Amino acid sequence: MLAGKIIGKIYVLGDNIDTDQIIPARHLVYDLEDPEKQKMYGKYCLSGVLDDQAGLPDGRIPFVLPGKTTSEFQIIVAGKNFGCGSSREHAPASLKIAGVQAIAAESYARIFYRNAIDGGFVIPFEVAKSIYRTFKTGETVEIDPQSNLLRNVSTGMTVSLLPLGDAAAILNAGGIFNYARTSHEFL
Amino acid sequence: MGMTITEKILAKHADRDSVKPGDHIWIDADILMTHDVCGPATYAIFKREFGADAKIWNREKVVVIPDHYIFTKDLHAGRQIEQLRVFAKEQNLVHFYDVGTPRYKGVCHVAMAEEGFDRPGQVLFGTDSHTCTAGAFGCFATGIGNSDAAFVLGTGKLWVKVPHTCRFEFFGKKPPYITAKDMILTIINEIGIDGATYKAMEFAGEAVHDLGIEARMTLCNMAVEAGAKNGIIEPDETVFEFVNQRSRAGYDVVTNDPDARFEKVFRYDVSKLIPLVAGPHSPQNGAPVTEAEGTRLDQAYIGSCTGGKLSDFIAAAAILKSGEVKIPTYAVPATVSVEQGLKETLMDGMSVLEILEFAGVNVGPPSCAACLGGPPDTFGRLNHSEVCISTTNRNFPGRMGSKESRVYLASPYTVAASALTGKITDPRRFMN
Ligand code: SF4
Repeated sequence: MLAGKIIGKIYVLGDNIDTDQIIPARHLVYDLEDPEKQKMYGKYCLSGVLDDQAGLPDGRIPFVLPGKTTSEFQIIVAGKNFGCGSSREHAPASLKIAGVQAIAAESYARIFYRNAIDGGFVIPFEVAKSIYRTFKTGETVEIDPQSNLLRNVSTGMTVSLLPLGDAAAILNAGGIFNYARTSHEFL
Repeated sequence: MGMTITEKILAKHADRDSVKPGDHIWIDADILMTHDVCGPATYAIFKREFGADAKIWNREKVVVIPDHYIFTKDLHAGRQIEQLRVFAKEQNLVHFYDVGTPRYKGVCHVAMAEEGFDRPGQVLFGTDSHTCTAGAFGCFATGIGNSDAAFVLGTGKLWVKVPHTCRFEFFGKKPPYITAKDMILTIINEIGIDGATYKAMEFAGEAVHDLGIEARMTLCNMAVEAGAKNGIIEPDETVFEFVNQRSRAGYDVVTNDPDARFEKVFRYDVSKLIPLVAGPHSPQNGAPVTEAEGTRLDQAYIGSCTGGKLSDFIAAAAILKSGEVKIPTYAVPATVSVEQGLKETLMDGMSVLEILEFAGVNVGPPSCAACLGGPPDTFGRLNHSEVCISTTNRNFPGRMGSKESRVYLASPYTVAASALTGKITDPRRFMN
């Protein structure tokens, strides 16, 4: 899962994007395991973000266009404490369903981070320095998990990513179940 | 080297003599709790990974408490409860508190305590971030996602990273107008909503041990609002007495080693605290009520696992008995026993329920209700651009409904005083 480079358009958000902004609570009613119903999580992904914060620096950029269930943005760039709030796994799941592959944030809330990794949804990279004020929604970014570098293809700017550490093994396995199967006898 | 309570509980459940912060360990769960929002998906993942006919690791250790979307006509929400019934039946669960039956409880974290599942020294996982509430009983309790919960369902185990412990000591004598809600908002205001990310928050000091069990639950409940993995309080007589009345399951009293290491120690003189109000859109946006006074409000809300316990309503009633609310005010008892308590607890010859109703408060049936917004027909939900003051725990954009709404978090005293005036009001104006 971690082998290749990830290239995609970025959607930029600020600090403290909580799980209610990622997927508002009223939408937690659709069946996550049903391939058709789960599309609703893509449709409403990030719909709770305040309008002027939605797609920085300008804001008011819909993450998912009306009528669509996936986003044109594959990478999220964000500030501190991404995913704070509830334990709902619907949050990383909805990002994945919307087509997001990776997040590059300054830091994460604990449960979101764990869910993203253990469920094998999206890769939560931590950037070594704040970039959400210098990157613009719509720019193209390339992430190289081997060299831990993030390059803004549109501007040429390069930023290092913190090593994934212990999480890498679980991400590589594709989630907690495969990880436990390959490394522990109780599965 | 000495260990903290959290480290000792984790070491024991990993079958080790000792652990240190940063260690990755696999631990045994004593209890796994889930509810209507996360239970169905958790069970589906369990089946996907362990097989359609697989049996869960221990049918007596799984507790299923529907509480989030109960009194709504939303069909999808109704289906989720139906899926819990299938789960309970297939697995022959012992602890399922179904809606529409005499077993129905209400908000899971309060129900867990009432039913004696929160016990010293245990490891408790729950598919809800406020599972940390149970730390008030001296156990390690933390919120997890559906995949992790499905893993626990199948194996009874989960990996954890041993957290560093930060200690928050309260000393001095607590003035009557200060509540646990003000104490925890004070901490979050200081350290921020990511100030304890990945850490254990231990609450200690004489002023914490002077608190009743419900107030201690409020402290631990909002540990997650500072990003913590768990909140915890050394168990004492107050805990033992409460637990002994509700459970015969036994427990393990774990306390800090004398040379336990804390990453940081914070100290607060509780006698100097001022009631706090956390403004939109973050629990860390705290300001002394004296500074926020006068802010116009459209609605007040008393409820949730944070501010919907019996003691919270008794506090609100102490203020509400002096008048009538000026703005629509909603009260949602966390559980059926809290609801019962409202009827049975008398203050100056009136029940708490009568006081609330006399003051013009709308009292709804026990559940999470508008604490997390929920479907549009949810009792007390903010459907437009209302400004609300609430005893709940979160005020991120849209948490209680529409993202145009704005929420102030405060203690039951402050919420009640503000309901009486229609503006944010210092509760001391109504207390002698
Ligand atoms: S009352 Fe609110 S915070 Fe508590 S469990 Fe329910 S939704 Fe979560």
